[in-house]
Amino acid sequence: MAERKCTLSVLVENTPGALARIAGLFSGRGFNIDSLCVAETLDPTLSHLTLVTRGDDQIIEQIIKQLRRLIDVYKVVDVTEEGDYVEREMALIKVRAEKENREEIMRICEIFRCKIVDVSPKTYVVEVTGDQNKLQAVIDLLKPMGIKEIVRTGTIAMKREKKTA
Amino acid sequence: MGKVMTGARMIVEALKREGVEVIFGYPGGAVIDIYDELYKTEGIHHVLVRHEQGAAHAADGFARSTGRVGVALVTSGPGATNTVTGIATAYMDSIPIVVLTGQVPTKLIGNDAFQEVDTTGITRPITKHNFLVKKIEDLPRILKAAFYIAKTGRPGPVVVDLPKDVQQAKGEFDYPEEIHLRSYNPVYEPHMRQIERAYQLLEKAERPVFLIGGGVISSGAAPEVLELAERLNLPVTMTLMGLGGFPGDHHQSLGMLGMHGTYYANMAVANCDVLLAVGARFDDRVTGRVDAFAPMAKIIHIDIDPTSIQKNVKVDVPIVGDCKRSLQRLLEVVKEVGQPKKYWQERFKDWWEQIEIWRKRYPLSYKYDPNVIKPQFVIEKLYEMTKGEAIIATEVGQNQMWAAQFYKFKKPRTLITSGGLGTMGFGFPAAIGAQMGNPEKLVIDIAGDGSIQMNIQEMATAMQERLPIKVIILNNGYLGMVRQWQELFYERRYSQVSMAVQPDFVKLAEAYGAFGMRITKPEEVEPALKKILEMNTLCVLDVIIAPEEGVFPMVPAGKATTEMILV
Ligand SMILES: Cc1ncc(C[n+]2csc(CCOP(=O)(O)OP(=O)(O)O)c2C)c(N)n1
Ligand SMILES: [Mg+2]
Repeated sequence: MAERKCTLSVLVENTPGALARIAGLFSGRGFNIDSLCVAETLDPTLSHLTLVTRGDDQIIEQIIKQLRRLIDVYKVVDVTEEGDYVEREMALIKVRAEKENREEIMRICEIFRCKIVDVSPKTYVVEVTGDQNKLQAVIDLLKPMGIKEIVRTGTIAMKREKKTA
Repeated sequence: MGKVMTGARMIVEALKREGVEVIFGYPGGAVIDIYDELYKTEGIHHVLVRHEQGAAHAADGFARSTGRVGVALVTSGPGATNTVTGIATAYMDSIPIVVLTGQVPTKLIGNDAFQEVDTTGITRPITKHNFLVKKIEDLPRILKAAFYIAKTGRPGPVVVDLPKDVQQAKGEFDYPEEIHLRSYNPVYEPHMRQIERAYQLLEKAERPVFLIGGGVISSGAAPEVLELAERLNLPVTMTLMGLGGFPGDHHQSLGMLGMHGTYYANMAVANCDVLLAVGARFDDRVTGRVDAFAPMAKIIHIDIDPTSIQKNVKVDVPIVGDCKRSLQRLLEVVKEVGQPKKYWQERFKDWWEQIEIWRKRYPLSYKYDPNVIKPQFVIEKLYEMTKGEAIIATEVGQNQMWAAQFYKFKKPRTLITSGGLGTMGFGFPAAIGAQMGNPEKLVIDIAGDGSIQMNIQEMATAMQERLPIKVIILNNGYLGMVRQWQELFYERRYSQVSMAVQPDFVKLAEAYGAFGMRITKPEEVEPALKKILEMNTLCVLDVIIAPEEGVFPMVPAGKATTEMILV
């Protein structure tokens, strides 16, 4: 069976052990985690977690069921299942900004609508937001100039509402 | 407003509210406040074990044999770590126990304080859920939740870690009558559409098999299993955990399937066209090589845990629901359609003929030997003499498989065995728990000479409680099951399986104040069993058996279940 990428949106009780349980589930059962993002929700008793994983359909079904089985897990949605979703990730990229490169960097930033959020005599910090393809494109373009450091947030995702009634 | 009391008092009050009458435990610094409250309390009997592993297994044996939640109480650090094997054993077999562990005071947590371990961290993957109580205000609700989670849905062990300062703090005791957990909603009621699909498959089946597992026992579905099986004329086979879920002496019973299952059960499953599996999880010991398991069958799978379905085998009609309720619904459909009994008799006549051929070709058997005791003979005799009505705990290994094969369990909750984890040392403390829960019943531990030594210290516990448990050691002088694998698959290289030095089990029993007896000849079996069955004290019967007797049939690990090695 073909492997596919799967982005899960998970609501969990905001309790101390909850994240450890989820991480333990993945390591204990040999499932992959490509990225994991955790944050509060409007309801302070629940945390939201976006989890990107891979597997064939049977494995993904197991992952979802195993997550739901955890007592602290309130809701699991496979955002990728129906295909209609928005996905965003942010990266901060510290790139070497020698005189001869600065304009090129700024041009790339303009095209990809990135922001330069910190400037030092020799470096810029570029903030880029978008889906994984866009981030990869920016990283590839900046690489020749010398990337000193990258920090990425991991993916967050949301299902789109139906456009027609 | 609830009464103000200490955390320790709340724990004891909560136990009472949950109807707990017996707990198994071992004291220490981090639970001394709870023990102080127990001292002042009537109505909760505490069984002092000799090792905390024994407490967890005893709570487990109590739960398996009674259907009620078993409770263990231990101190922090080593007390808690000693229960780990017991908790994992209960987890693998979905047994409801609550383990209360002491913990260092909250302000010392994380400091490597004396007798501190991260109990919730250690037990997270082997519990259904666990809690660390940080505030006295949370305590009543957490205790309520612990019992609720342990016994509902797919049951399992729950650990509640109790810091000493929380036990000593005072708070209001408002014990909830009911509890609702928004993130935990087990599904009991099956989808009617799926039940109907299941029925349609059965109605058109030519070669059906009814496979039952431990879920039938835990949900109390044995009456429904019997009714459905008889009405539809279905052959029934059981997993190790399902034994007793259908009467083993019933003519429709094919006995156990899987690695040491009967020839006819494995052949029936391999050739069936519809497999109705209820409360079983298709463990590798049951399926053998998965792609060769029931290759022609449409599979209907009823289980309360959605993760069990589609995990190991591909299922055609998945039904998530309580086994008992689902079978009740299925029976409703059966009655509504109202096919006469004759329909099912006729329909499966050829299939039954085929099964009878298999049954006659290779019945469960062994070669009787007048000079040396065969273990199967001991179990057969025991079955006859107890009319199949005793509660049988087992250890792990050959002894366990012989018990499963030759004792025809008639009723649910009469076989107490570690199926999923296969824990040596489980049987004897579990028998203690079972005897505490069933004071009127005959409780027997069928043991191996290796396993019994893993928790033999509990003889003192049984004596202190005056429990008339009968321990029957099938003594082959070997770690027999491992030896059997070495014999069959490792060219008889018997690496580290000989128990060259053993205690004299008779003298050992006597040292504990119990009755001990040794037999070596077949003609001694019956009188010896008679003697111990009549005695009202802890008995250890050391049965010297044929040292290299094997368990057969056997499906080698990873082989198809039809590739059985027969006697
Ligand atoms: C705690 C534990 N350790 C090791 C094993 C592996 N094991 C399975 S069966 C067995 C031999 C058991 O020997 P004994 O109790 O004498 O039973 P027999 O097979 O001889 O009847 C062993 C070592 C186990 N199941 N549990
Ligand atoms: Mg042995």
